[in-house]
Order: sequence, then structure tokens, then C-alpha cells
Amino acid sequence: MDYDLDIKHAPDEGGHFGKYGGRFAAETLMQPLKEIEDAFFEAWADPEFHKERLDLLKNYVGRMTPLYHAKQLTNEVGGAQIYLKREDLNHTGAHKVNNTIGQALLARRMGKKKVIAETGAGQHGVATATVAAMFNMQCDIYMGREDIRRQAPNVFRMKLLGANVIAVDSGTGTLKDAVNEALRVWVASCEDTYYIFGTAAGPHPFPLMVRQFHTVIGQEARKQCLEQAGRLPDVAVACVGGGSNAMGLLHPLWDDESVKLVAVEAGGHGLETGEHAASLAKGQPGIIHGSLSYVLDDEEGQISADAHSISAGLDYPGVGPELAHMMDIGRLDLDSATDDEALEAFEMLTKAEGIIPALESSHALAAGIRIASTMKPEEIVLINLSGRGDKDLNTVMDKFGFDVESEDE
Amino acid sequence: MNNQLSHVFARCAKENRAALVGYLTAGDPNVQTSEKLMLALAEQVDIIEIGMPFSDPAADGPVIQAASERALAAGSHIQDVFLIAQRVREAKPEVGIVLMGYANVPYTMGFEPFAKQAKASGVDGILLVDIPAEESGICAKAFKTHDLSQIMLLAPTSTEQRIALAASIAQGFIYYVSLAGITGAEMGEVKNIQDKLSLIRQYTKLPICVGFGVKTPAQAESIATFGDGVVVGSHFVSQITSNIHDDDAMVSSLTSSASAMADAMKR
Repeated sequence: MDYDLDIKHAPDEGGHFGKYGGRFAAETLMQPLKEIEDAFFEAWADPEFHKERLDLLKNYVGRMTPLYHAKQLTNEVGGAQIYLKREDLNHTGAHKVNNTIGQALLARRMGKKKVIAETGAGQHGVATATVAAMFNMQCDIYMGREDIRRQAPNVFRMKLLGANVIAVDSGTGTLKDAVNEALRVWVASCEDTYYIFGTAAGPHPFPLMVRQFHTVIGQEARKQCLEQAGRLPDVAVACVGGGSNAMGLLHPLWDDESVKLVAVEAGGHGLETGEHAASLAKGQPGIIHGSLSYVLDDEEGQISADAHSISAGLDYPGVGPELAHMMDIGRLDLDSATDDEALEAFEMLTKAEGIIPALESSHALAAGIRIASTMKPEEIVLINLSGRGDKDLNTVMDKFGFDVESEDE
Repeated sequence: MNNQLSHVFARCAKENRAALVGYLTAGDPNVQTSEKLMLALAEQVDIIEIGMPFSDPAADGPVIQAASERALAAGSHIQDVFLIAQRVREAKPEVGIVLMGYANVPYTMGFEPFAKQAKASGVDGILLVDIPAEESGICAKAFKTHDLSQIMLLAPTSTEQRIALAASIAQGFIYYVSLAGITGAEMGEVKNIQDKLSLIRQYTKLPICVGFGVKTPAQAESIATFGDGVVVGSHFVSQITSNIHDDDAMVSSLTSSASAMADAMKR
């Protein structure tokens, strides 16, 4: 398909989306970030860059991904028609590879031989290790020790792909600490190393760049919805950790004023418990990992150690600055789903449609199903199925108390 | 315009030596001991950098990360940082006092009330590692209103354009990061540091202090031959780590290592 390569709703020159974003980075990183920014704008204006990128997205990743009218699920819910954007069918099993392909091409253009990345659920780590293998680049992935425990299959995948997986013990041993550690390593190695940031957050130009690499999701979905249903969706729903799949789906629909855009945050044990990862709903403006955005922190600015979600990919106390901006100006509606609601949606989709979703995406499903149930059958809810659930089977087995021994009896 | 820091550098120049700038994290290993350590350090240094503990110190190496974790685990709060600054000011009217840390702590408190209280506690300058020149507008007004110097960092990766930009807003002194890395790593090559300082001096008349990785009196001595000040952080914090259960040993170990640094820097 023909993708729109115009950069819409661009931030200002310093990377600010309204009052959010910017480049709150250590002096040592300011010039390396400027070099990435310059390389990005130069590449984005170069047809050859897009030719190679879109060819890889088509023939390596398998784009465009289908838009699937989930009729059984729609029947069970009994409301609006539910359409699923099948990012789970991408190579590596999630949307993350859209971004890592783009950034790896950029790293190669910049002459960098080595890439590093942070990862939470391991999806971004796997997507980075995958492109590093393909581009023959050395690859180090930083991952919190707690997340390594939760996501063993992805750790093994990264190792198979030739990446070094480095356990991060500092702080809480989760995604935010992996970002800190990757930043520390990058400061000392930016000469020959490119940092493939995994979400639409961090210092400028990452929020803009990651968003641009993911807008293929929303552009395709918009076109497919028009073709299949003859109209745009009434509501578009995506889960939010840092915000990469949400920006990918929702950003291309920003100017379609009739479409309600919904970001679903991880409600964890419940928004009232404090153990959740709902930065937009329950956080406050703050500065973390290079940008000003919403943050889960205490009244003295210490970042929360209680951020929690059953899905490691949403377990992050910050959020992308452009989402904060969209919320402030009223172009984004917030919703959330708890661990239990996500598990329920996980099971429901699996049984109704034979599709096992990632726990991250199950949050979008839970909210999307709830919203659809209040709407009319002639209306449409578009849900981003950002990844597949294979990586989560251990977690879900634990939760459902599945024991292979007792099944045999 | 705050002159305390320029007085400090003028005094050192008169004594023909570079200024010794010492860093400790406030509240490490606990507030009470930290106060003793800060007072002991203030006896030995010309400028004391009081670190504001932060949960996510992304520019710091393992030593100062651990210091922040200890301080927060022991219940150190931003009010303790101000209290320690005030005690140091009462004990040493002539010392320079700089608060150093990450933006989210003062941002969350509000730069205006933060600056007001810092000034009232006797603080002369503020150094926020994740507020580069481009973003400095977010706090410049509050710092100016309360007569606090906004200290800017420069690094080996800073281009001439960036040096000019930082020089145009910096006050008090320039903090030059000796290496592309985190605190406590190996110090950069002396020749490279010297060359970069010459370049920076084309853009500013402010004193330039060199930090990150200075661990031995010999390193301090070599920097002091061309720098206006030498910053020692991780090495001083290590004196806490290596005497963690003995307050008196901590204080005496800190005092002797700071005094060895100061002695080495006399030209």
C-alpha cells in the first residue's frame, strides 16, 4: 500500500509536544541525540530509505497485517462490531519490529556497528535482536532481573538470535531500571553504539521517530476499515505502556474527528490500590528518561517502585509525551483494565476466535469489549491486537493453576 | 548576582591553587551521619556539592547509585537536603554550597519554592544533570529570582556550538565532565581534557571545574595545573561504603582522603 510519509502534528524544534517532551538528557548525550535527529530527518526525506524500510516491512515482517472482523467475539459481547488490527501476526509476534527495522536502518546509515536496547516484556528485545542478527550488528539487551524471571522464553529467543542479555539489578529490576542502565552504557559508548529505544518516550527525537515508524499500523487499519466496513471506526482502542502501539494506531486517526481515541493503561490490582501502571490517569507531570511527561512518582519526585502490571510490557511508571499532550488537549480518552480483566479478555478472545493475545493487548481488548458492549451493532470498535500471547503462557498457566501432571490423570 | 562562588575561586587563585569541590549524597548512609560527614567534608573543601538523592540516577555509576539508594532507604527527604545545607552554611560561612541532582525532584516540588528554600538554606548554586542548556528555561527564572547560580555541564561530546550555548547561560562555574561516561568511571586522558578546557575558555571567563573519575591525589594534582577546580565525588562516597558500620571511621577516612586531595592541588 502507499503510506503517507508526511510528518503530521510534529513537535517543535526542541521536540516539545505542547509542554511535554523535550530533551532532558545529560550533556554527554545531547550531541549524540542531535546526530540521531539529523540522521532521522535526512533519512525520512530520502526515498531510498523508505524503499528499503517498506520492502523489509512487507517481505520480512509480513505487512500489511490483516484487519479482522471478530464476528464471534462481537456476537458474545452483543454491541458494536469489533475489528482487530492483527499486529500479532508480524514477524517476532508484535508491533515492536516496525520500529526496530526503522532504527536499525538508521544505525547502519550512521555507521554504527553495535546496537543496545532496553526491554520489559522482552518483545522489544527480541525485535532488536532479530534486526541485529539480520543486519549483522553486535547487540546487547538490558533487562531487569525481575522481568527476566517473568519472560524466560523471550530471554532464550534473544540469546538464540545472538544477543547478549544483561540482567539489571539496580532499582526495582524492571523496565525503568533497564532504561537507566542502557542510558549509562550508551553515555560511555555513543561513539560506536546506537541505542534503539523501544517506545514513543525518552528524549527527542525518540518519541517522534518511534511514532513515525509505527504509523503504518493506523494507516493500514484506517484504509482496511474503509474497505471492509465502508466507514471509519467510531472508537479506536490501544493499550499504553510507553505508548508505541498506541501512537501507531491512534496517531493516523487524530484528524478524523469522528473517531474517539482511547488509551488503555494497566490497572494492575486496581487504580485505587496504588499497584498499577496508569501514569496518565494517576500520575503527575514529571521528568524521567529524558522527557517531560506524566510519571508515577511520590510528592518528592521519587519514581514509584510500586508500578505493577501482570504484563511486563506495560509495567512502566512513565508514558510517551505526545500521549500526555493529546490527553491535555482533549484528543485522547483514558481507560484502564486490571490484571483480572485482562486475563478474562485473554481467555474470551482465545475461546471465541482462536487467537491467543499478548497480555499487553489483552488490556486493550478488555476495555474495547467493555466499550463495544455499550454501543449499537451498526457502530465499530477498532482494537489494536499489538502482540501474540505465546510469551505469556507461563504467566497465564500460573494464574489459571494449570498443571500438566494432573491433566494426565 | 550571586558572588559567593566567584569569591571562592578568587580566594583559591590568590593562594595559587585550584579549588577542591567535594560531593556527597545527602542522607547517606542516614540523615544524622550524613550531617556529620558533610560538616567534616566542608572543613576540607572550597565548594561542597550536596547530592539530592533520586530513585533513578541514570548519569551515575554504581557508587553514587548505591549512595542514593541508601539515603532513600534510610528515609532521607528533600527537607533533609535543605537542613544539611543550612548546617554547613552555619558552620562554614565562606564555603561554596551547590545542590546537585536530577530535575524531577525540584520539578515536582516546584522550581520556585525549591529555589526559595535553597536560598534560605544558604545554597549558592544548583546543578541539575538532566537539564541541558536547551531546557534550562524551565528553571532559570526561579533560580535568578532567588539569586542562585545555574551551573552548567560540558562534556567531551559538546560541540563548539553547544559550548557557546552553555556558556551564554552558565553562572558560578562550568562543570566539565572528564569522560564520556558515568560518575566514578576512569578519568579521561589529561591531554584531551586540557585541550577541551582551552576551547571552552574561548567562550567563557567563568572558572572551569573538572570532575567524573578523579580518584587519586595524583589525578587531582595534574588537573589542578590547568583547571580552576577539581570535583571529587565517587571517591569520597567510597569512604562511606568501606566503613559502613563505623561512623567515626567514616568521618576520619573522609577527612584524610579529602585533605590528601587538597594538599596535592597546591601549585
